[in-house]
Amino acid sequence: MTDVTVRPVVDGRLGTSALRPDGLAKTQGTFAFSGDLSADGMLWGATLRSPHPFARIRSIDLSGAWQIAGVAAVVTADDVPGKPTYGLISADQPVFARDVVRYAGEPVAAVAGDHPETCRRALAAIRVDYEVLTPLVDPELAIAGAEPIHPDGNILRHQRIVRGDQDLVGEVVVEGTYEIGMQDQAFLGLEAALAIPDPGGAGVELFVATQWLHEDLGQIAACLDLPADRVRLTLGGVGGAFGAREDISLQVHTCLLALRTGRPVRIAYSREESFYGHVHRHPARIWMRHHATRDGRLQRVEARFVLDGGAYASTSSAVLVNAITHAQGPYVCDSATVEGFATRTNNLPCGAMRGFGVVQACFAHEGQMDRLAEACGLDPVEIRLRNAMRTGDRLITGQVIADVAPVAECIRATAALPLPDEPVGGRDGDPLRLPGGAGLTADVGHIRRGIGWGVSIKNLMYSEGFDDFSTARCRLADGSVTLKFATAEVGQGFVTLAPQIARTVLGVERAVCEPIDTTIGSAGSTSASRQTWMSGGAVLGACRAVAEQVVAHAAQSWGVSTAEVELVDGVLTSPDGRQATVGELSAGRVFEATFEHHHPPTEDLDEDGQGNCHTAFAFVAHRAVVDVDVELGLVKVVQIATAQDVGRALNPLSVRGQIEGGIAQGVGLAVMEEIVQTDGRVRNASFTDYLLPTMLDMPEVVAELIEIPEPRSPLGAKGVGEPPCISSTPAVLAAIRDATGKDLRRVPVRPFDIAL
Amino acid sequence: MSEQYTLRVNGADRPVQDAWVGESLLYVLRERLGLLAAKGACEQGECGSCSVLVDGEVVCSCLVLAASAVGQEITTVEGLAEPGAPTDVQQAYVDAGAVQCGFCTPGLIMATHALLERTAAPSELEIREALSGNVCRCTGYGRIIEAVQQVAARRGEAGR
Repeated sequence: MTDVTVRPVVDGRLGTSALRPDGLAKTQGTFAFSGDLSADGMLWGATLRSPHPFARIRSIDLSGAWQIAGVAAVVTADDVPGKPTYGLISADQPVFARDVVRYAGEPVAAVAGDHPETCRRALAAIRVDYEVLTPLVDPELAIAGAEPIHPDGNILRHQRIVRGDQDLVGEVVVEGTYEIGMQDQAFLGLEAALAIPDPGGAGVELFVATQWLHEDLGQIAACLDLPADRVRLTLGGVGGAFGAREDISLQVHTCLLALRTGRPVRIAYSREESFYGHVHRHPARIWMRHHATRDGRLQRVEARFVLDGGAYASTSSAVLVNAITHAQGPYVCDSATVEGFATRTNNLPCGAMRGFGVVQACFAHEGQMDRLAEACGLDPVEIRLRNAMRTGDRLITGQVIADVAPVAECIRATAALPLPDEPVGGRDGDPLRLPGGAGLTADVGHIRRGIGWGVSIKNLMYSEGFDDFSTARCRLADGSVTLKFATAEVGQGFVTLAPQIARTVLGVERAVCEPIDTTIGSAGSTSASRQTWMSGGAVLGACRAVAEQVVAHAAQSWGVSTAEVELVDGVLTSPDGRQATVGELSAGRVFEATFEHHHPPTEDLDEDGQGNCHTAFAFVAHRAVVDVDVELGLVKVVQIATAQDVGRALNPLSVRGQIEGGIAQGVGLAVMEEIVQTDGRVRNASFTDYLLPTMLDMPEVVAELIEIPEPRSPLGAKGVGEPPCISSTPAVLAAIRDATGKDLRRVPVRPFDIAL
Repeated sequence: MSEQYTLRVNGADRPVQDAWVGESLLYVLRERLGLLAAKGACEQGECGSCSVLVDGEVVCSCLVLAASAVGQEITTVEGLAEPGAPTDVQQAYVDAGAVQCGFCTPGLIMATHALLERTAAPSELEIREALSGNVCRCTGYGRIIEAVQQVAARRGEAGR
């Protein structure tokens, strides 16, 4: 301890745009993604999938596969030692199909071999005798009582919301039916995992790209019939997630093959297989009728939601509740009559994708707000301002919005952002700026420009009574902090944020993250815009506990009470002016604390859909400018302007990255992204046929952050990941309607929707 | 699985033994030569994650048969700079926030170096056109364009 204080200067605190600690490794190719991992003596695994959307399995003949040189294992449902099924909310999905396959692409068997080509040949040599059945692909037939395709029935969830005046008829009534196509998360880093068996098959270690290590662990251990402590998971580098890694895919298969062969096994999906291997955004059909006064004040929403969950439950029940509880949008509305169904069909299973049900609801309610504006003779901005929700208003579930709710601020700030200063086609007339790009378009004179709006509310974190928590440990030694958590880093940047928290609380410079694995308690899922709040809260709590220990240590040394010692910017000061830095006090000493952050409890909905089911909310506004070639039906999104309620921008560069990236996915859903299925068969399971926005498709983004710290959030920040992709989609569609005058009610909009 | 040939990768001769003739350049680089920077994400030449230089041209290594690249100069991200000593492009990607999950990043780094070799001061539209073969699902591309512009500007200043 010294009397002379050198004030530590610490960069990279909260509020600064600290850089990613893994950034350089990622640019240099030395960052290990899960598909980059290998081990000595490793075998390759591969999965046989059903070609039929619905069929009975009469028999499986594996003998051909065993005759291929280099094959080490062939497994089917008969080889699953534990629970035969898994699932996030209800375990209704088989590890391998046994008697029935319920979607085209469902796993039937898996092999391990010495080369990917060996595995491919082995899969081709397996003979499965199918009795092909007529698939159930229409969700309305599932609702109407079609023969159950699963013992749990064809309705994954039915929930209604009834609130207020059920007979109210507004002076102005508008109605419409809206359709949302099935979107793929399309992360670039394909599913991949490496399993290493313990000697004698007593346990297994899995390196895997996932969103929630502990949830995976529980499901894997149950299916393998292993005690939970015999299954260890480490996060393999994750190449994007967006919801697609919340469910199990190859985890059990990889572990099972490793245990069978006694050798390390890697499974790595191809792009085509990835389309079958993970759940997607629910396609939806939503009818809405809005009642309002003549001056455009929303009074009642009637709605019917049908979300197709496909063959297995995944998170469909939670996605449905998210969708219907957001039916009113970010607008005051006293009465509601809403009915929602999540159905089981023989289509691809659906579950989590960024926005989680609210994307679908928002596309419908924003279409309705534009209709209402037109019917009332109001501007799209004015109708939204007139109905904008504020703190203290109620949702149609009866829940009071306790959060900061700057809806009007988001709208006004967005409206104040500059419109594009370039005319249609730009000043240089380069055809690349036109809809369809070079070579396809008509001349500039045929192109019409349009402007449209979308505004949204999104719940943050988990709902309906789930005890949502995250765990973190902070260890301070010799002036350096190491942080430990199981929070899946999927690209969002928690590994940047966590050290920022430690530097801010403890005033130290060196703060690093330990490997992300299951040797500490759960962090919950990297989803639902929750990790900054939840794992951020856990890291904050752990760092504060360590700070208290350091303060206590200083107080003891100085012979004063802890209350008398101040810790500011890494410097401790006693009442009589003695000072020491955190670095000095921790020289040769270790301070350590673990903290669990829980958010306040939520409730289930009752049968009328009433209850405080959500935890917190964030808001955002989007304005889109599009150019449309009305003859060819081609769209160029020119600009998206947005103002987003972020609470507090803990890392402005990361926030901007989330906003731009989310908007890209919203634009993609609006104009190009859809998994097309015919009779339960996917027609475009490739990046050649499933279109993603490229750099030429992506518009300019003009963004403003609305920073009003959220008192209920540990760090004042709201989750920022999901809102950008929610109302950007309806904004683009509104802009296309504005340009074309067409009544478009479906995304993605297709050229023939516009041109014909 | 008995093909034997030698590839010229990052200035060194790299023998490949006991290979299957059907293996792509991407597979051989990653699984036989341990050069993991190039990534596979679509296997169809649509996403650019596997971009490498072959005789100075950016190609999708997933579409090239490894055995057909014998006698050509192959450059991967590992050949650009030593770990910890990044190129100006690599550093700019980190500084500008152009990296999130990072899976597309090595391919984009190759494509960016190639662009700036050809065109020292590209317009925004030229950047968008040149990098439109590289799909990024995380960033929405804004920070990537920013990174490329930063490098072009710095090189321009240094050259004056």
